[in-house]
Amino acid sequence: MEDLNRKGEILIFAEQDNGVLSEVPLELLSKGRELADTLKVPLACVLVGDKVGGLARKLIQHGADTVYVADDPRLKDYQTASYARVVGDLITERRPQICIFGATPMGRDLAPTVASAQRCGLTADCTDLQIGNYTDPATKEEQTSLLLQIRPAFGGNIIATIVNPYNWPQMATVREGVMRMSSADTGRQGRVVEAAVNLDGMELPVRVLSRVTRARTVNLKAARIIVAGGAGVGSRENFQLIRDLAGVLGAAVGASRAAVDLGFIANDHQVGQTGTTVRPALYIACGISGAVQHCAGMQESAKILAINSDRDAPIFGIAHYGIVGDLNEVLPMLIKAIRGGASIGQAVAQHAEPKA
Amino acid sequence: MGYTSVVCVKQVPDTKRITGNAMREDGTVNRAALPAIFNPEDRNALEAALRVRDEHGGTVTVVTMGLPSACDVLREALERGADRCILITDRRAAASDTLATSYILSCAVGKLKPDLVFCGRQAIDGDTAQVGPQLAEKLGFTLMTYMEELALEGREARVTRNIGNGRETALARLPALFTVMESANEMRPAAMRKIMKFKKARAPMEIANSVKTALGVSATPEALAAETSRRTEELAARGLLIDQWNLDDIGARLEWCGGAGSPTRVNRVQSVVLAGGDYREFEPTQASIGQLVAELVQDHTIG
Ligand SMILES: Cc1cc2nc3c(=O)[nH]c(=O)nc-3n(C[C@H](O)[C@H](O)[C@H](O)COP(=O)(O)OP(=O)(O)OC[C@H]3O[C@@H](n4cnc5c(N)ncnc54)[C@H](O)[C@@H]3O)c2cc1C
Ligand SMILES: Cc1cc2nc3c(=O)[nH]c(=O)nc-3n(C[C@H](O)[C@H](O)[C@H](O)COP(=O)(O)OP(=O)(O)OC[C@H]3O[C@@H](n4cnc5c(N)ncnc54)[C@H](O)[C@@H]3O)c2cc1C
Repeated sequence: MEDLNRKGEILIFAEQDNGVLSEVPLELLSKGRELADTLKVPLACVLVGDKVGGLARKLIQHGADTVYVADDPRLKDYQTASYARVVGDLITERRPQICIFGATPMGRDLAPTVASAQRCGLTADCTDLQIGNYTDPATKEEQTSLLLQIRPAFGGNIIATIVNPYNWPQMATVREGVMRMSSADTGRQGRVVEAAVNLDGMELPVRVLSRVTRARTVNLKAARIIVAGGAGVGSRENFQLIRDLAGVLGAAVGASRAAVDLGFIANDHQVGQTGTTVRPALYIACGISGAVQHCAGMQESAKILAINSDRDAPIFGIAHYGIVGDLNEVLPMLIKAIRGGASIGQAVAQHAEPKA
Repeated sequence: MGYTSVVCVKQVPDTKRITGNAMREDGTVNRAALPAIFNPEDRNALEAALRVRDEHGGTVTVVTMGLPSACDVLREALERGADRCILITDRRAAASDTLATSYILSCAVGKLKPDLVFCGRQAIDGDTAQVGPQLAEKLGFTLMTYMEELALEGREARVTRNIGNGRETALARLPALFTVMESANEMRPAAMRKIMKFKKARAPMEIANSVKTALGVSATPEALAAETSRRTEELAARGLLIDQWNLDDIGARLEWCGGAGSPTRVNRVQSVVLAGGDYREFEPTQASIGQLVAELVQDHTIG
């Protein structure tokens, strides 16, 4: 079983929908670039669809060395069976050491199917990937340069580091929005390679009748971190401070009902009894008093940081961390600290910069 | 005609009720401190299967892999209307990741030759949502994830799927496996009559344990065996026996099961839950806020 192709490339599934490239592969490319440079191997993407070759350029500009394009009219709509066949065939041929998919509805349908067929491991929903060593607790044998796959589990209450020591490719899905997207380098060169499409004789088991999608607004439920603003933010313009903090954290923006009623932000951002109920890993409440109707929608967050100028605000009663102060002063300091204060180091700064 | 359905259910610790005291100092989870429940979306999977039987006839068999204590969820399934329950239990299945879990389930489910398999979308402990798709791949069934609505006609299923930013309706060829969303339906309540009846249902391993307690330490192995088989036959005659299969019964290849068959290893676990009542205040200064951020980075909350 031990068959580790240490020269193998890193392969990213480049999700697209109707010829439009999703954001996830671009996020994955910046992380993938970092991993590929550490391992000194090439970074590749696989692009699957019908007439999607034109998207390869963008992938190269964002860091891909090679883009494998599987282009075929039968691949127009996503289908588990056909996409898994094409991606699986490429993995069998290229033997990448790492394969990464976005943990999107499509990625979480495709990746387990591919991993099952390849009989390799798959780590779900990672929030970080690193290269590191692993010592087998039974044999005490150390393995170097493995992919450390860091993921929340147990309803977000624990963070586990998963490794895949003996059976490659090391495969993972990565949550949307957690990796920083780097900016495009329009001069970057790469190869576009045609990938084999072996679907002859395959009777597709699914026929899509209709697909209704709406432009994505905020997805509070899926957010790992939420920065929420209340009446204390003061104005619609000043709400930009909340967005800025969310930007450096890769967080979603939430709001109290008072903030919505005052017109600071649209109502699909509202958290609480009559809004969305959320349980993120971290909830940052800024200028929110902590009314029961608001707390009902966020008090089960793993960690709550409250920022409020009133020491007696009820929000401090359910918070784990508190800063008593004017949010107009506190938030810029917080943003500065996250952007890479000396005490935090490089790794954080890389994740934390706003999306390009 | 009617459809043969299998529902996969998992008993899970109620992670929504985690507090600081459910976590050990080393960051691992003290499962004993949490109530064990029927995985929420598996309730929706069971309900979907029962609705198919209501409309078209057929049977609903519920399968779980786990410790004998997982019979609690099987009894609950019988109370809601399942026709048959099977416990897959075997020490050699311990430490299975999703690849090994789905392989073991595929051996058991394959024996039942179903038309339809229903899984929950995701279990609230492992949180991977991988077992359903991997089971479909191993069975060679059409995979339909994120199911919200289902209508069957002959050998075809018309399925509405929740694809995150919208809905898709598709026709899928049977046999098919569905992973069911919480939004699909609500599990029916149990009828009192069924609760009274099925609270007595037992799997052989449970029967053996209670016989041991009843006869005491002095009982001979022969006496234990005789009493166990007597009670087992009696329960079977009343339709109260939960089937129990081990890895040999389902013909599983041992090198694909348990830790040996699991490519992934959990290397490290850190708790991100705070002990109840923890509150710490930070000064509104750059230094103090930097300290707070460093701590949040340290425990992977941010970054
Ligand atoms: C049936 C019903 C349903 C409701 N549902 C919801 C719901 O779903 N969600 C919801 O949020 N509310 C809901 N509410 C409303 C709720 O009762 C509160 O009115 C609302 O949550 C208050 O919002 P707030 O905390 O932003 O405003 P306020 O209560 O006005 O608090 C503003 C806070 O900002 C602080 N502050 C002011 N200036 C600054 C500054 N410069 N720096 C730092 N802090 C500052 C103040 O000290 C104060 O604590 C509901 C009410 C009812 C009756
Ligand atoms: C902290 C931690 C992290 C982990 N991370 C990973 C990982 O990244 N990758 C990995 O491969 N494994 C991982 N595992 C192992 C994984 O949790 C187990 O393999 C588990 O048995 C199945 O995965 P799940 O709970 O995620 O189920 P899911 O895949 O979320 O379950 C989906 C559905 O499959 C069915 N199902 C699942 N388990 C059973 C069962 N035992 N009996 C019957 N039906 C079932 C149910 O219908 C369920 O609703 C992890 C375990 C821990 C403790």
